[in-house]
Amino acid sequence: MLAVNNLTKDFGGVRAVDDVSFSVEPGERLAIIGPNGAGKTTLFQLLSGMLTPTKGKIFAFGHDITRLSAHRRAALGIGRTFQITNLFLTLTVLDNVLLALEASGSTRFNLVSPVSSHKHLLARAEEILSQWGLWDRRDVPVTSLSYGEQRQLEILLALSQNRSLLLLDEPTCGLSPEEAKSFTSMIASFSRDFTVLLIDHDMDVTFGIAEKVMVLHFGRVIAFGSPDEVKQNAQVQEIYMGASE
Amino acid sequence: MKDRTSLIGIAIVLALLGVAPFFLPSYYTGLLTLMLIFAVFAMSLDIIQGYTGLPSLGHAAFLGTAAYVVAILNVKIFKGCHFGVELTAGVLSAGVVAAIFGLIVLRNTGTYLLMILLASSMMLWGVAFKWRAVTGGDDGLPGIARPDFRMIHVDLTHTTHYYYFVLLFSIVAAALMYLVVRSSFGHTLLGIRESETRMRALGYNVWLQKYIAFIVSGIFAGLAGVLLVYYNGFVSPSELHLVTSAEVLIMVILGGVGTLFGPAIGAGIITLVKNFVSGYTEHWMIILGALYMATVMLAPQGVYRLFKQFLRK
Repeated sequence: MLAVNNLTKDFGGVRAVDDVSFSVEPGERLAIIGPNGAGKTTLFQLLSGMLTPTKGKIFAFGHDITRLSAHRRAALGIGRTFQITNLFLTLTVLDNVLLALEASGSTRFNLVSPVSSHKHLLARAEEILSQWGLWDRRDVPVTSLSYGEQRQLEILLALSQNRSLLLLDEPTCGLSPEEAKSFTSMIASFSRDFTVLLIDHDMDVTFGIAEKVMVLHFGRVIAFGSPDEVKQNAQVQEIYMGASE
Repeated sequence: MKDRTSLIGIAIVLALLGVAPFFLPSYYTGLLTLMLIFAVFAMSLDIIQGYTGLPSLGHAAFLGTAAYVVAILNVKIFKGCHFGVELTAGVLSAGVVAAIFGLIVLRNTGTYLLMILLASSMMLWGVAFKWRAVTGGDDGLPGIARPDFRMIHVDLTHTTHYYYFVLLFSIVAAALMYLVVRSSFGHTLLGIRESETRMRALGYNVWLQKYIAFIVSGIFAGLAGVLLVYYNGFVSPSELHLVTSAEVLIMVILGGVGTLFGPAIGAGIITLVKNFVSGYTEHWMIILGALYMATVMLAPQGVYRLFKQFLRK
């Protein structure tokens, strides 16, 4: 599904991601945790094609995607969300979802007929928005949504596209504990057709979703295994969780 | 309800434009023609400026290229007007310049894009200025004949007839541009304006969408250039100059960025004010500057949105 070999990214003299290797099986849920500045988001930027690595290789769906541009990776089947909400703010909820749906298919090159004339897109948008309880809010500009709703839409855009590999960058960032809980069950309920990579600071979220956990520290992988294994890992307790004990 | 109001608005504007020459002295009919031409020009800029979020200080390149291509064909080659050929060549040449510029500049965004477009368009200005043998240098090319439709009893040398000729093209151009910005493609442009990174993550080749928008915009700017060069019967390097690019940018901002019809209104206002003021003083640019500052301070969202808010109350 996804294999990362010796991935390294330097920013000037700073090595943000340092010789990271791991692989993910189809349908798996892998959480990436680590203190601030551990290189988690940089790793996502490398996987989604927003950045190109200094060294190393990335394979997905049997292709070498190391040098592939972001939009080609998306077309192959990688969807992502952003830690800092990244939506089309002045557009409505419905328009946001429609843009996600139009990314694949030829309507994006249609210079004549409006989006609303493509009934199959509207139907799909209604389906996904109804399913996640946002259909009544479809005509609201995203700026007027509550923060929680914006975070929800952040995930919905990626989900609506049916990309098989989802990179979720701190989906519960800034949410209340109750909201984080409902997000956790939402993500946990994703079909096994989706493979999920998740970054989150919230341990309840992480351990509520993930089957495997990878711990990054200063760009390096210091632990990889089941949640229990990682919890027991002495090095992890010392550098990562040690602060809270 | 909203749609009906817009339809009534459009009908009123079209009716007024349709009967205007019967009430206006010939001079003002000519001025109105010029306003329509710049309306097309400003709307074409809004496709990239307002809908795609690509600021440009080089839009005159497309207007000017089309104007020069028509002028050279007309004066140097045909020694008369072959309208079909000239229109096609003018509009296509603008599209080609947009396609070439687009390859070079669209990797940049924001101020960088603005400046590199400025530089690219001024290179064309330099060519028009220096290449005397073909472009006439700073003397320009005079004596451009208007299309000849006397066979169907239309005499385009007549101010009123030329007005209707331009009105027809403006309406068609405005309708086509409206279709484009409302289309699925136009929808993706809004997405790019709002968040390029999200569009890339969703799987859009953002560059390609921008590139198409850029060429479409260039083509319509070229149409304005074709209409302008027949109107003036003359072309000079000023059509390619930064001042022309700046004027059309201010038309868009004054009218309302991203509203399509707003920039048409902005074009009308600027053309009107320019004509009156330049009758009194040659320091037209000072007034333009003051107008620009007033817009930014009093109506940063543009007169079109201001007008709409007023209607809603």
